[in-house]
This record gives sequence, structure tokens and C-alpha cells, in this order.
Amino acid sequence: MTSHDSVAQTPVTRALPDPMIRLTDVEQRYKTRDHDVLALTDVTLDIGKGEFLVLLGPSGCGKTTLLRIIAGLLQSTGGEVKIDGTPLWTKNTRNDTAMQELGVVFQEANLFPWMTIEQNIALPLKLRGVGKAERLARARELCATVGISGFEKRWPRQLSGGMRQRAAIARALSTRPKILLMDEPFGALDAMTRDAMNLELQRIWMETGCTVVLVTHSIREAVFLADRVLLLSPRPGRMDTLTEIEIDRPRTTYVQSSPEFQNYELALRQRLDSFA
Amino acid sequence: MLGKYASWIATPLLLVLLVLIWEAYVTIFDVSPFILPGPGAVWDATLVLLSEPKTYSHIGITVYETVVGFLLAVVIGIVFGGVLGKIRWLERTLNPLIVGLQVMPKVALIPLFIVWFGFGPTSKVVLAAVIAFFPIMTNTILGIKSVESGHRDVMLALNASRWQTFRDVELQNALPFILTGMEVGIVLATIGAIVGEYLGGSQGLGYMAVATLNAFDVTSMFGVIFLLTILGLILYFAVVMLRRYVTPWHEAVASARDS
Repeated sequence: MTSHDSVAQTPVTRALPDPMIRLTDVEQRYKTRDHDVLALTDVTLDIGKGEFLVLLGPSGCGKTTLLRIIAGLLQSTGGEVKIDGTPLWTKNTRNDTAMQELGVVFQEANLFPWMTIEQNIALPLKLRGVGKAERLARARELCATVGISGFEKRWPRQLSGGMRQRAAIARALSTRPKILLMDEPFGALDAMTRDAMNLELQRIWMETGCTVVLVTHSIREAVFLADRVLLLSPRPGRMDTLTEIEIDRPRTTYVQSSPEFQNYELALRQRLDSFA
Repeated sequence: MLGKYASWIATPLLLVLLVLIWEAYVTIFDVSPFILPGPGAVWDATLVLLSEPKTYSHIGITVYETVVGFLLAVVIGIVFGGVLGKIRWLERTLNPLIVGLQVMPKVALIPLFIVWFGFGPTSKVVLAAVIAFFPIMTNTILGIKSVESGHRDVMLALNASRWQTFRDVELQNALPFILTGMEVGIVLATIGAIVGEYLGGSQGLGYMAVATLNAFDVTSMFGVIFLLTILGLILYFAVVMLRRYVTPWHEAVASARDS
């Protein structure tokens, strides 16, 4: 037998004393013309403070749906989401205190074409009433953090895809959120840019100490970035296994060719293939 | 590149060619100046018109009616479009009425406007405004509705208020659409003012066209039409130029600048 059997994959989740995100029995149903579709069910999970959690799964497993539920973009039809102890929803109203802790990055950068890069990055602060000088100073500081200094005054269309996504990350970080939610943030980028962005993201995460929940369908990306990988099985989406990735930080690109990395990759690959 | 400069040469050449064909047609077929005067005669008549001070007061009146009517249409069009774009049930409720008003030939209202607002410039201002209002309003609605879902998600995730979303996203997204509506609107406002002058009143270039025709001075009438065309072009390009200042970020502006 190969050594990947030693990879710890647990089907159950342990409760944490003081989680950053607590999901309890989260369920999502969609109504279509003639029947209900169950998209996601039985999601109960604690995500720790400062943890990097990756949601991995085949298409149709509801991983994006789950992220949108955590982001407050979608109210789940069942169960509860708590952000740092505060429920995200009270009846049908989103809780402002909980929302303020979140920063979201989408698959597309979704920058506003009518704002310069620095205006885009400063937008969340503008919406919170931060003064112009202060928020633009913060935007310039963040441009340095994500490595796009010198492009502050450019329009989004003047930047490459990778740089636009860096700006989107900077925008999500501008309010110093405790949680960064990312929905396949590098899915639209080429492989080389993607590797570079993964390294950058790890660095940013280590610098800011925020909690990250990232959705991907790339096993390699999942193993490279995650503290824990939550594998979701499809139709309906449910929690399959949780895998702790015990590789030292900071991880380098070369770690991907190490046996332990490949063990994790193989174990997850086999589990994914078993769904088909 | 050739393509870059080709239009600079080709367009004036084409214009010269058209004038030559016009002159040749009039000369060869000996067309009566009551039917179609030659370009030379029209040019001379235009110069005569421009040497008379009263021409300028007529031009001033037409410009006033067009511009004031157009600006009213812009303000009211954006406000109505903004409200209807944001409040879906209101738009659905009013939609049959809007379509009905839009389809109605507004020119038919001139007699009514004259009764309401008199033979002076006010009735023309109102007609210009009414006619230019619809494309501006409908384009504003379209621009607000066509915000990308990804952009809506961003504002939703940022917990933005309805007003913030309107100010920073929907209105900005609508600007290129509004400008397109304004480009159509300025042409329609010019038409509205002139047709209004045709049908009632004693001022403006539209009145001059009718007056010259009544005096069987067809050549001068062509001169007036020439002046009207120049006026329309100036107003239209003024609005087109506005695009560069209002939406410098837009791709259409960038590609026009780069090419």
C-alpha cells in the first residue's frame, strides 16, 4: 500500500471553543417549477480564527452556494451562520455587525470600470464614511501589499487579469475584515499567474492573520493553501471529508513536488473520483 | 497607418464630389432654381443671410429653444429614468402609458402647446423637451437595469445602502447609456424646435424657412436649411464631446482616442 493511507481524513467535524465562523445544519433548497431541489444539506462546521479553510469539490457540489451563504449574499433555507458569535441573519434582515467582518473576492475581479484602481480599493471605506484622504492613503498602502504599486491612478481595463484580481483582493482587505471569502478567485487566470497568486495569497494571509475561506476545484491549489480542506460531495452537496494539511509554512512552489504534498493530492483525488 | 488617416482624406473628398455632382446635375439638366438651386447660388444666399443682423436673432431664438428644451429633457429624463429604473413595480405600472406616449407623434401636440404656451419660444421649448425626453428616460432606465450581476454582488457584499448603490454603481453604469440617449435627444430637440417654428410664431430659423418659401425665394430657403444643418451638427458634436469628459473610463472613448 502507498503512504497516502496515512493522510488523516475525518468525516466528522470537531466543535471549536471560539470559532470565527460557525455553520449549523446549513441547508439550501431551490424551488423549480415542479419540484424542490436540495442543493446543500447538513453542513455543520466550525472554522477557527486565523484558519485557512478550502472548500473543494466537483461542479454542482454547492461549494459556491455555501460561500455565498457565508458571505450573506444568500440566506440559507435552513440552519444558521454565526460570524464571530453573531448570527448573520435575524429573520430576513442581515446583521450589519456580522457583515462588517467580511471581505469577499469573486471569480471575476468585478472592479467598477468608472473608478480608478485606488478608488475601487477605497470604495468599501467610502461606503463606511471614511474621509477621502484617509481612504486613499489606505488604498495606496494596499496597492503595495498586493504588489500593484504604481497603478493607483489607472482604469481597471488598463490592467491585466492577474493585476485586476490583486486589486479585488486589496478592495476586500481595505476594511481590515476578520474574514476573507474567496470564490475561485484565480479560476480565470493562467497557470503561471495562478501559482504566483497562490504564493501572494499565502503571504497576505500570514501578514494579516485573517480567516480565509476559499472555494476551488483545483486539488493542487487546495493542498497548497489550506490548513484544512473540506471536500464536498455532489447532488445534494454535503460534507464528505475534512483533511488537515500538515505542511510547514510558508510553503513554496517547490513543496508541490514533495512526497507529502503528493500524498495529500492523491488522497483527495481518489476521494473525488469515487463520486463519479 | 493608412486606416487612421484614410477617413481624413476620403470624407472631404466625398463631400466635394457630392457638391460637384449637384452642380453638374443642375447645370446639365438646366434645373429651375425654384426646384433646386445650384450649390454656388445656395452658398451666396447663405452669405447674404449671414450679413443680415436679423438672421442672428433668429439663430439665437432657435438655439435658445433647442438648448433649453434639451436641458429640461436631460434633467427630467434622468430623474424619471432613475426613479423608474429603481422602482420596478412603478415602471411596470406606468409602462403601458409610457409606450403610448412614446408612440404618439408629439408634433401633433403643437397646436395644443400653442394654445397653452402661446406663439412665443415657450411652446417650442416645451415641444423640444417633450420630444427629447423619451430617449433620455428610456436609456437611463436601461442603463440602471443593465448593471452586471457581479457588480451588484460586490455592493451587496459591502452591505451598501440603496442610495449608495444608486450613486456609485447604477448611475455610473447608466452614464454611457444616458449619453447615447442625449445624442439622440439633441437631434430630436432641434427637430422639435424647428417644426414648432414652422407651424406657429414669427421667430427662429424654422420660421425663416417658411417665410423664404412663401416669398418664393427657394435659394434663400436652401441657405436657411444649410444654416440649420450646421447648427444641428454643432449641437450634436457638443454632446458627443461631452462623452469624453463624463465617461473618460469608457472603452468607446478610449478606442476613439487611441485610433
